Amino acid sequence: MHPSHMIPELLKLLAASLLLISFAMLSRRRTQRLITLFAWQGSVLFVSTLLVAYSAGLTELYYSATLTLLLKVIALPWILHRLTRRLGAQWDSETLVNIPITMLVGLGLVIFAFGLAQPISRMATTITRNTIGIALAVIFLAFLMMITRRKAITQVIGFLAMENGLFFAATSATYGMPMVIELGIALDLLVGFFILGIFFFQIREQFDSLDLSHLESLKEE
Amino acid sequence: MDLLIVLGLPLLGALLLALFGARTYAAELNAGMSFATLVAVAFLVLRVLRHGSLLALHEQFFVDSFNVFLVALTAFVGFTTALFSRPYMRIEEQRGRLSQQRLRLYHSMYQLFMAAMFLALLTNNMGLLWVAMEAATLSTVLLVSLYRTRASLEAAWKYFILCGVGIAQALFGTILLYFAAEHVLGRQGMTALLWTHLNAVKGQLEPRVLGLAFVFLLVGYGTKVGLAPLHNWLPDAHAEGPTPVSAVLSGLLLNVALYAVIRCKVLVEGSIGSYLPGRMLMTFGLLSAVLGAFFLWRQRDIKRLFGYSSIEHMGIITFAFGIGGPIANFAALLHMTVHSLTKSSIFFTAGHASQTAHTQQMDGIRGLVGISPTIGWGLMLGSLAILGMPPFGVFASEFLILTTAMREHPWTTPFLLIALGVAFAAIFRKVQPMVFGESDAPPLPHSPALVPVFIHLAIVLMLGVYMPFALADWYRAAARLIGG
Repeated sequence: MHPSHMIPELLKLLAASLLLISFAMLSRRRTQRLITLFAWQGSVLFVSTLLVAYSAGLTELYYSATLTLLLKVIALPWILHRLTRRLGAQWDSETLVNIPITMLVGLGLVIFAFGLAQPISRMATTITRNTIGIALAVIFLAFLMMITRRKAITQVIGFLAMENGLFFAATSATYGMPMVIELGIALDLLVGFFILGIFFFQIREQFDSLDLSHLESLKEE
Repeated sequence: MDLLIVLGLPLLGALLLALFGARTYAAELNAGMSFATLVAVAFLVLRVLRHGSLLALHEQFFVDSFNVFLVALTAFVGFTTALFSRPYMRIEEQRGRLSQQRLRLYHSMYQLFMAAMFLALLTNNMGLLWVAMEAATLSTVLLVSLYRTRASLEAAWKYFILCGVGIAQALFGTILLYFAAEHVLGRQGMTALLWTHLNAVKGQLEPRVLGLAFVFLLVGYGTKVGLAPLHNWLPDAHAEGPTPVSAVLSGLLLNVALYAVIRCKVLVEGSIGSYLPGRMLMTFGLLSAVLGAFFLWRQRDIKRLFGYSSIEHMGIITFAFGIGGPIANFAALLHMTVHSLTKSSIFFTAGHASQTAHTQQMDGIRGLVGISPTIGWGLMLGSLAILGMPPFGVFASEFLILTTAMREHPWTTPFLLIALGVAFAAIFRKVQPMVFGESDAPPLPHSPALVPVFIHLAIVLMLGVYMPFALADWYRAAARLIGG
């Protein structure tokens, strides 16, 4: 097969693995494993961005691929690992999550996402047009993870996974946003991440744990 | 050039205060930088008044009649809040709730927050708008948790996660918008995210994609506006953060987020050619107004009470923008202005009231008029103004909104009346014993800076009785621009 035909196929494969990793994240309880999966998701994103950059011949996308590699495959997972180790939380596990039911809800969300993305996919001309549905599904699954988990770090990983989905949507639908905007988004993400790091320590100092079930006193009586 | 100064001054302030924020004169420096920004904004406003709307820096920034009045309002309330915060934060420090280092963080982040809001208001680029909105959230998260108490950490975490998720939805909406625009405007020249260009070709943008984009944008930025049912972060963040932060969150940030929603609405409505976006705004707005009003009854904390009142009022404004048309838009813009001025002045007095009583619980606050007549009367007048008593400006805008709603969508009138009535009863019943009644609490160690309160209320009063010709023209031009 000619290599130019292979690229769309490869991209579909990568998109599918992205979705698969999202499901794997939903099924994991241990923080350590989740961070590894998040790093994997980042690498898939990196490779797919490279492929799109190559096939569309856009230099801008090479930059954002590099940015993905540096930020999401190397820096964030490394910081997360260090953070969890310093907080002694690497083997923390979520016990109160009903995995099978979460998976079923996740399936429903994927179908919903594909239905929603239908009109957009039809008018997309980019080579990755079938992948918008998947990007949306990844966003929804990350959202589901944030809702169902109670640990602070897990919620943050869900938040970052959601950003991965958004990034994938941007590359697959539009060949990426203009560079200025992408840099701005990356900066916001990084700053937000540091603030979260500060938060972890503040929360643990106050509550002696990173379990967010302590954070439920502010309610309407 | 004026534009760059307006954006640069708060950034410079953030830098200076990061360096010197722990010194004793930091509060004065903060107020001084805010004043300098206000002066720069005044020059910008004069220029726009004289020469009309302007584009700058490769069309990345623009000023028209819609955003220029919000810029002016933001600079003004930013300055008065800095004035108020000077004695307020000094008392907090004296009572050991804050250290010098925390104050440095506070002052620096305050300026950064102002810079982010100016960027969001002035940018022509929808992507940059998103970045600025996110930056505004990030700079206030650590302010909400400034006291490091359990409750404030919880509030800040909730604020961060809910607004983070919300703003992620808005990013997806922005991506979809770019996707649709790219088909029409192309990738070259980076014009596909510029609002002025999008506005020029909005009729050609693919309606189905824009419809979907609007859902995401509304949910995303709507979370920051505090629209029900996405409002959960708002009362907590307002109650647990320091009072100056509550005042700028309520008076300014909500407005800026709503501004983002309206910019998107103009584009989407032009593309879809139907009333759907307006109807969505009306539904969300009405729901927020009614829910916000009913939640007022159950509040015990004074700052939470007025947090919910903000939800109610943002709901009313969103509803008015949803109706659209020159009169409703005019009323919505007016209500944005008067709500911002009144609510910040209420937070000023509420902050000092809870300092006097050493508690934010309303049961513990009594007899304010006896202890300090300015605080007591400030709170009373502010509450009357926000409840829409004539002759204050809130009455004028609410009256306009109500009559327009009656004429164009009669079925909404009962809901609006219920919301207004319930809010009136709830707030009045709670404020009255706080202001009057008996108390033997000693007065505050530093005399509070309550001049801003009365300036705000005087402006609100003036807007209710007599609107300057220039201002009315300005609102009218902005209302035409929003259309609908």
